[in-house]
Amino acid sequence: MNIINFTPISALTGGLLIGLSVALFFIFNGRMIGISGIASNLLISKNNRIENFLFLVGLILGPLIYNLISLKEINISISSSLILLIIGGSLVGFGTRLSSGCTSGHGISGISRFSLRSIIATITFMLVGILTVLITGIL
Amino acid sequence: MNNIASLLCGIIFGIGLIISEMINPEKVLGFLNIFRDWDPSLAFVMIGGLIISTPIFYLFKNKNKPLFSSNFSVSKNKQIDKKLIIGSIFFGTGWGLIGLCPGPAITSIALLNMSSAIFVISMFIGFFLASKVN
Repeated sequence: MNIINFTPISALTGGLLIGLSVALFFIFNGRMIGISGIASNLLISKNNRIENFLFLVGLILGPLIYNLISLKEINISISSSLILLIIGGSLVGFGTRLSSGCTSGHGISGISRFSLRSIIATITFMLVGILTVLITGIL
Repeated sequence: MNNIASLLCGIIFGIGLIISEMINPEKVLGFLNIFRDWDPSLAFVMIGGLIISTPIFYLFKNKNKPLFSSNFSVSKNKQIDKKLIIGSIFFGTGWGLIGLCPGPAITSIALLNMSSAIFVISMFIGFFLASKVN
């Protein structure tokens, strides 16, 4: 194992902002953020529809506001093929709805409540993610 | 007010995803690649998030009500069942295949990236299918 591309300061700074968002949402609106829950409920449930919609609008405005303030370009690279994107996206959507949470809902919100359910979910999806990367790296 | 708060929290969350580079699938796949060239950065995203959200949750959870809503609403589900484990296995597989999870995927719509748009549409189809199974 080699350690590469390690950026602890920006990772921690971004993490603190994510934590701040979760904390404020709880103080203001009384709910713990989980993005898969917010997004899937917008599609499926009538509860909190405007609130959920505006949260997602905020998510999408985030990069645009960051871009205006910092004048930095945001570059991402996705090299996966079309079929892999469809399979991957469906698995993420199906899986997070079935287990009621994703990286934010279980990984941050759930763990900050010391929910055993969320701790087990987080360990599971992390281990499976690691295993998937290991296997696709060999293939 | 709750709607404005929601928009604001979304913006802060989205900027957090950009600064931490969670939005970049290469960064996420580097984090999951622990057996070869490992990039531990994303562990710090989680630590940063938990440092803030944990104490705030415990400070406020016994208050009467949130500022802009009539009551606190936190999941009471404590069941560790098949749905939790199978769902997490599905999610981990998709996450490891592409390097995107729901937050970064939706945020990346702003970058007008065709690949992430296809991912997001597939993700919403996945949400819908899972809601039919439940």
